[in-house]
Amino acid sequence: MKKSVFFGAFAVTALVSGMALAGTLDDVKARGELICGSNTGLTGFGAPDASGNWAGFDVDLCRAVAAVVLGDATKVKFLPTTGETRFTALQSGEVDLLVRNSTWTFSRDTELALDFVAVNYYDGQGFMVKKDLGVSSAKELDGATVCIQTGTTTELNLADFFKQNNISYQPVTVADDSEAQRQYLAGACDAYTTDASGLAASRATMPDADNHIILPEIISKEPLGPVVRHGDNQWGDVVRWTYYALLIAEERGITSANVNEVAASTADEEVKRLLGVSGDMGAKMGVSNDAFKNAILAVGNYGEIFARNIGEGTTINLARGLNALWTQGGLQYAPPFR
Amino acid sequence: MAFASDAPKDGFRLSMLIYDTRYRSYTIQIVVLVLFAMAVAWLLNNTAQNLAARGKEFNFAFLWQRAGYDIGQALIPYTNDDNHFRALLVGLVNTLVVAFCGCLFATVLGGIIGVLRLSNNWLIGRLMTIYVEVFRNVPLLLWILLSYVILSETTPQPRDFRVTDEMIAAGEEPAASMILFGTVAVTNRGTNIPAPLFERSLGSVQIGFLPVSLNLLAFILVIVASVWANRRLLAHAKAVQEATGDRPVTWWKSLLILFGPVLALKFALGLHLEIPELKGFNFAGGILVAHSFTALTIALALYTAAFIAEIVRSGILAISRGQTEAAYALGLRPNRTMSLIILPQALRVIIPPLISQYLNLTKNTSLGIAVSYLDLRGTLGGITLNQTGRELECMLLMMLIYLSISLIISALMNLYNSSVQLKAR
Repeated sequence: MKKSVFFGAFAVTALVSGMALAGTLDDVKARGELICGSNTGLTGFGAPDASGNWAGFDVDLCRAVAAVVLGDATKVKFLPTTGETRFTALQSGEVDLLVRNSTWTFSRDTELALDFVAVNYYDGQGFMVKKDLGVSSAKELDGATVCIQTGTTTELNLADFFKQNNISYQPVTVADDSEAQRQYLAGACDAYTTDASGLAASRATMPDADNHIILPEIISKEPLGPVVRHGDNQWGDVVRWTYYALLIAEERGITSANVNEVAASTADEEVKRLLGVSGDMGAKMGVSNDAFKNAILAVGNYGEIFARNIGEGTTINLARGLNALWTQGGLQYAPPFR
Repeated sequence: MAFASDAPKDGFRLSMLIYDTRYRSYTIQIVVLVLFAMAVAWLLNNTAQNLAARGKEFNFAFLWQRAGYDIGQALIPYTNDDNHFRALLVGLVNTLVVAFCGCLFATVLGGIIGVLRLSNNWLIGRLMTIYVEVFRNVPLLLWILLSYVILSETTPQPRDFRVTDEMIAAGEEPAASMILFGTVAVTNRGTNIPAPLFERSLGSVQIGFLPVSLNLLAFILVIVASVWANRRLLAHAKAVQEATGDRPVTWWKSLLILFGPVLALKFALGLHLEIPELKGFNFAGGILVAHSFTALTIALALYTAAFIAEIVRSGILAISRGQTEAAYALGLRPNRTMSLIILPQALRVIIPPLISQYLNLTKNTSLGIAVSYLDLRGTLGGITLNQTGRELECMLLMMLIYLSISLIISALMNLYNSSVQLKAR
């Protein structure tokens, strides 16, 4: 008797927790705050600035989602995660959303029961070396000691690259970007390898940035994007379409500065739907009708986010490259908003 | 007395389970057992539910998949084409090696410090007290990081060893040079030491997962045989001495027996040392002892030695003063008193707490992750866990392995303990 009551209570608990897992959107609304898994600190992508506010390319996407769901881009709590802890944090429900330079791969999508909802940065793995090492190609790194972050896809790519080119290396496995930088700068490794964007971000923070070069070889495809738990499709849709809204905004020339003006004056039906002037697109997704307008108002369109955090002119100085809009020869392409 | 043992006439009542002292202890134990079983069942059920909710299943098949990552220091052959189980073994061997070296150095150092702390020399005694207090009151992780940073930041880069033609022309010396007659290079990555190499190999046999070189076995066998033969020779000399009063000359025979066969084997197999040489980015040839290993071993040994020193000191102090005085009265010098009278008795007190220090040290090796030492925690609990996403399986397996190592160490040390205990005669 006692036991069956116990198990009954247990089953109810399990059911409740199961339901809680299923509706992240409702959870976030009820909580009034979005919990976003972010980097422990990668300048330009996700790092606290001098006054302690999180800023960066990935951080802005979190803010956009908060603006869409809660109408306020500041209602985000950022939870720093390492390469090792990030997916566990997402799976266990510790974070609602993970935007942290995470590569979309088959096994993460299937085995880890995660869903990558979009690709906000098309990247590839590169190598950084000191200029005075006299190396101009990654294929000249035979016998080199290479620093690498553990728990990443780059670890596997590195092994594959050296094997394909029939050269050897000595791996030094470190926990995060800052430790990798320390070892690299101290000369404990000849080269540091991670996503090319991450290398550029690391280089920007080094005191002698000009003495380091990023080698031309890009040895892998690294599509980086926001991640949600598998099975929560509604929440996945919210994140995906927030991101696409930012892309469409850039495509149509809507910026944080002119969004109110455009909303009042536009004759473009897609823009009207996007900004909630006509139709009920927001409501269909379970958020307010002017949700996407809020997001654009808060963080700007994709191009603005890119330029502000990592674009040419910032210390990171990355070109748009593959991340240009499809109309400008890049890969960033949003499905029609209708 | 008869009426006292009379059982109550009426039968068993339910309230007796609580109020009757004959049954109460059973009642309590059964209730506790049921509660415990329910707690375990709840944990298991909760785990299963959560796994199901995340669409994960519980199995260890991932251990046989290709690992795909490289390990810097592998003492058994390993490539990234091997499976995760092999990577686990590499990590396990790394753990055991660092634990063994750590225990060895910690015991030697701790023994010396413990004895010296009782020294009559005021300065030595105080210095040892400072050592013990400093090392055991600062967290181990800090010692590990400190020794690693010292090793990697104060030593030269491999390219500082390079000698170019221009430098020779200008008569310049390289910024760094190899030590010990040019055989050992200490760089900021590790210590490159010469490796023994054989020109002629006897091949190797596969024992389990570990290939064992027959050359090495041959050397061990020859050395053991030589030592045994030498002991026989000395025993024979002693017997002759006791029978005739004349001790035969043995020193040259001893030398011949001890060194002759080994030297013969060395030339037969062509044993020579391979000196590390700067090639490209790093030293090639020889053996690279990474600083992560050195730093971890040093820090573990220094830290645990402080605790062992205290254990040794307490063991010595536990022996009554009368034992020392009796030894002095018999004319034994202080050194002999310590080694013949005090220490053998103190071991009885020292060994049991020493076991737990060995266990601590072994478990503390898992801090090696802080300096990128790929032990069991680094391979199975680090990279494999991350790449496969099997947290539960990896963690359980890792706990099981650490538990087994600890139990084995305990068992061995308990055997030793029973051999040094007082024998009832």
